[in-house]
Amino acid sequence: MAVTKQEITKLTKKAAQIRKRIVEVTERCGGAHIGGAMSQTDILVALYYKYMKIDPKKPHWAARDRFILSKGHGGVGHAVILGDLGFFPDKDLDKFNKTNSCFAMHLDRTKVKGVDASTGSLAHGLAIGQGMAMGARLTNKKWRTYVVMSDGEMHEGTTWEAAMSGAMFKLTNLTAIVDRNMLCIDGHTEDVMAVEPLKEKWEAFGWRAVEIDGHDFKQLCDAIDQSHKEKEKPFVIIAKTVKGKGIDFMEDLAKWHYAGLDSETSKKAMQSLAKSK
Amino acid sequence: MPIGITWTIDDADHMTQAEIYGQVLTKLGDKNKKIVAMTADLAGSTKIGAFQKKHPDRFLNFGIQETNMMGFASGLAEAGLVPVVSTFAVFAALRCAEHIRTDICYNRRNVKIIATHAGTSFGPAGTTHHCTEDLGVMRTFANMTVIAPADAFETAKATAAAIEHDGPVYIRIGRSFEPPYWKDLNFDWEIGKAIEIREGTDLAVIACGWTVGNAAEAADRAKQQGLSVRVLDMHTIKPLDEEAVMKALLDTRRIITCEDHNVMGGLGDAVADVIARSGKGCVLRKLGVQDRFSPHGSPEDIQHMNKIDADGIEEAIQDVMKMEFEADEDWEDEI
Repeated sequence: MAVTKQEITKLTKKAAQIRKRIVEVTERCGGAHIGGAMSQTDILVALYYKYMKIDPKKPHWAARDRFILSKGHGGVGHAVILGDLGFFPDKDLDKFNKTNSCFAMHLDRTKVKGVDASTGSLAHGLAIGQGMAMGARLTNKKWRTYVVMSDGEMHEGTTWEAAMSGAMFKLTNLTAIVDRNMLCIDGHTEDVMAVEPLKEKWEAFGWRAVEIDGHDFKQLCDAIDQSHKEKEKPFVIIAKTVKGKGIDFMEDLAKWHYAGLDSETSKKAMQSLAKSK
Repeated sequence: MPIGITWTIDDADHMTQAEIYGQVLTKLGDKNKKIVAMTADLAGSTKIGAFQKKHPDRFLNFGIQETNMMGFASGLAEAGLVPVVSTFAVFAALRCAEHIRTDICYNRRNVKIIATHAGTSFGPAGTTHHCTEDLGVMRTFANMTVIAPADAFETAKATAAAIEHDGPVYIRIGRSFEPPYWKDLNFDWEIGKAIEIREGTDLAVIACGWTVGNAAEAADRAKQQGLSVRVLDMHTIKPLDEEAVMKALLDTRRIITCEDHNVMGGLGDAVADVIARSGKGCVLRKLGVQDRFSPHGSPEDIQHMNKIDADGIEEAIQDVMKMEFEADEDWEDEI
């Protein structure tokens, strides 16, 4: 269903709250992949707070929609959302990264409620997600699978194996989203290992591909709606984002892929987020 | 006995290990609608294609995409299905190692991998198509069960047991023109439980895969020379039947392991680990591929070169019987 202005306001507020919480958790846990967690936030907020059929009280509800954060390093952002939704008490995030807690930087599905696949090694998520989508088809289930990938994953061969099989098996009950923040660890993707023209690549592999602003909820929701209506081809949304989005001194800088935050930097980050639109 | 499966020696005479596995899986698929068979452009070679003919709606071919197939299998298991993935061992265990480790074992997904053409069984194809490292790799993955059946009959039983087992299973079989050891399915077979196929107290040969039959033949020859050689069919490499190893150790103090695999990392090392932890004195000889890449040739010739045929095992038995070792304080427990 098309997104309303009220929904956009609500999603925008929620995304701001999630980003602040990511900064808090990153400061407390000693270090996390904050840059990519910030770039993916609006995508995950749109999925979790508008689209996905889930029940935090029943994390293993068989009919739920499935979500895979193929860019598993965004785990801190994913965990903050799951905590906010009530899959576990939000205060549990104080133990993020800590020995014997259930939260590693890359989330473990057998330990963290609400996680459908343990990821971290890149370019595994789309294959797993397609298995889930095919599983729904073979068992006549209506649930939908969402897979969020990083643009760095476009370097990996398995991504393109999965791109082929998605088209071959016509997995239209899956929505793939690329968090196109343009940066991998060593720099700009086009300098390290070029992935462009990305939209054309996905199209050549038999997918319906759209390119949108991944921080614009109207565009995000319209694209997700469009993916639900698509009946011929698998659907990928290339969401153009900004690494470190919302924190001015982090934006578009590869060095913030992973970082620890001291209290002063954290405070500055919070101030920047407060000013950010 | 697996439901509805009644193979005899006559079938085994004209069906290979892989063909029987394909037939067994197809029959299991008749009753268990959760089984989904998958391969990577090797439906014919791995014989999983038999399943395709009978259950085309539950068969997926990935073309030549092994890593994607393993991840996909992990996802299928989320829907409560039981994916059975089949490709050559070298591609399954080595090319897909991280995908099996992370997507299947770490994610605790109920996926079965049936790896064909393992060891040097695809002899003439050359080293790229041999796989003498898979047992070593697979047994280091937590949550994984690793099986090397002795022949087609054991493969039938292992396939059925793997489907019943809740958790990842890796079964390695040959190409497979390996001669059957068993004559029919009338024997007990259980994951993790070694079968003592020859009794003996002078020495024990612990074998897996198609070397089991060779070990039995070598033991029979040794018997004619007055030696009492025990043979353990150690079809499950993990979890290893440590009790059977300990019993063999205490009863004989002379152990030979035998596998179509590098002597590093496989059955030999698994057995050596049990022996070392026991603190008991023992002579151990590990037969297998001696940390080198196997040359190409007929599987029989390569087995001969690697001394895992009956001749090689017989020679090792004679050698090991001549070796001296120090007695320990529990020496009296030797029979």
